[in-house]
Amino acid sequence: MKKRLAMMALGAALLAGPAMADLVFPSLSYRTGPYAPGGIPFADGYADYFTLLNERDGGIGGEKAKVIECETGYNTEKGVECYESTKGEGALVYQPLSTGITYQLIPKTAADGIPMHTMGYGRTSAANGKVFEWTFNYPTNYWYGASIAIKHILDLNGGDIKGKTIALLYHNSAYGKEPIRTLQELSKKHGFNLTLLPVDHPGQEQKSQWLQIRRERPDYVLMWGWGVMNQVAIQEAANINYPMDHFIGIWWSASENDVLPAGAAADGYKALAFHNVGKNFPIYDDIQKYVVDKGLAAGNGDQIGTVLYNRGLYAAMLAAEAAKTAQELHGTAQITPAMMRDGMEHLEMTPEKMEALGVPNFGPAFSVSCENHGGNGLGAVAQWDAKSKSWSLITDFMEPDQDVVQPLIEEDSAAYAAENNITPRCN
Amino acid sequence: MSADFYYGVEVFLNGLMAGVLYALVALGFVLIYKASGIFNYAQGVMALFAALTLASIIEGQVPFARLINATFGTEIHDFGWRVPVLLAIVLSIGVMVAFAWLVQRLVFRHLVGQAPIILFMATIGLAYFLEGFGDLMWGSEIKTLDIGIPQGGNRWIEEHSAFLGGDDFYGFFIDNLDIVAALVAAVLVAGLVAFAQYSKQGRAMRAVADDHQAALSVGISLDFIWVLVWSLAGFVALVAGVMWGAKSGVQFSLSLIALKALPVLMLGGFTSIPGAIVGGLIIGVGEKLFEYLVGAPYLGGATENWFAYVVALLFLVFRPQGLFGEKIIERV
Repeated sequence: MKKRLAMMALGAALLAGPAMADLVFPSLSYRTGPYAPGGIPFADGYADYFTLLNERDGGIGGEKAKVIECETGYNTEKGVECYESTKGEGALVYQPLSTGITYQLIPKTAADGIPMHTMGYGRTSAANGKVFEWTFNYPTNYWYGASIAIKHILDLNGGDIKGKTIALLYHNSAYGKEPIRTLQELSKKHGFNLTLLPVDHPGQEQKSQWLQIRRERPDYVLMWGWGVMNQVAIQEAANINYPMDHFIGIWWSASENDVLPAGAAADGYKALAFHNVGKNFPIYDDIQKYVVDKGLAAGNGDQIGTVLYNRGLYAAMLAAEAAKTAQELHGTAQITPAMMRDGMEHLEMTPEKMEALGVPNFGPAFSVSCENHGGNGLGAVAQWDAKSKSWSLITDFMEPDQDVVQPLIEEDSAAYAAENNITPRCN
Repeated sequence: MSADFYYGVEVFLNGLMAGVLYALVALGFVLIYKASGIFNYAQGVMALFAALTLASIIEGQVPFARLINATFGTEIHDFGWRVPVLLAIVLSIGVMVAFAWLVQRLVFRHLVGQAPIILFMATIGLAYFLEGFGDLMWGSEIKTLDIGIPQGGNRWIEEHSAFLGGDDFYGFFIDNLDIVAALVAAVLVAGLVAFAQYSKQGRAMRAVADDHQAALSVGISLDFIWVLVWSLAGFVALVAGVMWGAKSGVQFSLSLIALKALPVLMLGGFTSIPGAIVGGLIIGVGEKLFEYLVGAPYLGGATENWFAYVVALLFLVFRPQGLFGEKIIERV
């Protein structure tokens, strides 16, 4: 009996494992816990895009894509466990969706030779491919984001913000502190006063910070928040009648979840974006036809077209395009993680390519290289319309201030290289 | 007086209001600890679950819809109606009473006589179970809780106090939601005290709190009293969940509000309802004033979370049973 059970278990394990030819894309998702409202739409978008490729195109270059989902609960330890338990499945690229997990995985992925893509989060200086061989953060990062927010404020003020006060309301964590150095440099350059307002995790209670904002009346408030901190901040801003169009969040403070609880009071709130919003793109017709109508949509299938669903879809699209590039470079459909890294380092997203993929102007045009793992950092500003309950981009994708950000990336990555005895590559 | 002075007063007033919200969470802990000696780790999750149930009932959501759809291949999500708020509150209280009965029947009845640490561990298990159960029952998306509680600064107070501090003073900011919360807390505490003092069940509850054995010997049913106490804690959790959930939407991080109740309990004592209120007010005012006077100007801000525990620790050192707690003297 025991022997038969063992044979059955072995058989089940073999059947459950991926065929070696599958292109494996692990999804370190979080569908449970306090951050689930942000994790679910991203995971759905990520999974649905690969389902679309499998159903419509027969996979990528003839090879089926396989998404292995592992629940992290947005917890760093669980994220590392997910990485360890899935890396042996032939994982081509990891997208950990958490700055905390990213920091833990940077040395691990480097040691294992598996690329990691941290799109719009993680360690900013990973944009320097000479030091971070296996980590990528294109198309943009937090420091570029800070620069784009200031650029938008400059545009609104005729290029002069000398003497103005800008407050940064931030999650008191490594993530929330990321833009501080950049904003300090930008305040020196443009002559604005910077006020720092940390909010402790989880951010349910922010009365002190908003009383301070009410007293000091900064001209603009930037927010680096996540989870409940976003909803409370937007509600508190409405409570003190802070002008919503002077309140600008990072792209992780930019989902429908963040603004809906405040209702009409959230009208006019702005947030940064590195991809377009809504589902007015041809690809959504294909998702309906090949994924939803076939009953293959991930999750409840009710997140399609939300900001974070679009982000998951965009992340999957960039991964698939990098895999295609790798297949073309190496002349084989069955790529390895090292080949995937080459594909990522030669990725080029052009307007023509986006159009062909059914997502015209969905994201900025950018290219990646051995030296530059961060793309060109373009970002746009979106604004919330409470009446129609929708976001819309109110600017084009803008260039960040490379003069300020690039030296910071060089400095931080050089320090990392020195600490870890890394010899810069790409010579 | 300068504008700075009046802003200090404003911080003090807002500290009092925040303290009321902390006390609302702490009250649930006190009720259960007082009657059964159990430190209920699940109180924060109960607040989440209660608010989640209320918001979902109002929206007419089908419970366990995801499970039903996955099992039977259906596509149901809601009943297509909105339930009136009052009826939804009554139904939510019913759910919390049923939860209390189940907890007593399935868990604590089997743990009578066990060490307090075992009972505490059971509540940890209960917390995680209830969080998962809530997710399964109602889903994990953020729900807007619109039950007509006004939000935003009270304009009347702002306008009628603006003259105090000159041009640099904009009047006192007091959130309407906080005013409502303070009134609700006052009614709740008065109701709880009246219930405990004047009703038969309330007196039985106090008897059980004083001495289980003696209460049993005069014919009081421990089972009934514990269901009653857990139901009351569930009701208090509903009130706390509604007040906090109205601010941020009802979402799973709501369970973390329990962290705000711990220093209040350390300060006010685990067995005193007035202690929870006074403790909440002291913590609220203390942390807000410290942030205003010291934290933000000199320490870079974000001092409230840890300073609340410093205040509580100071009280613990000099009065281990808390301000209003019962002094326990054990003779060997």
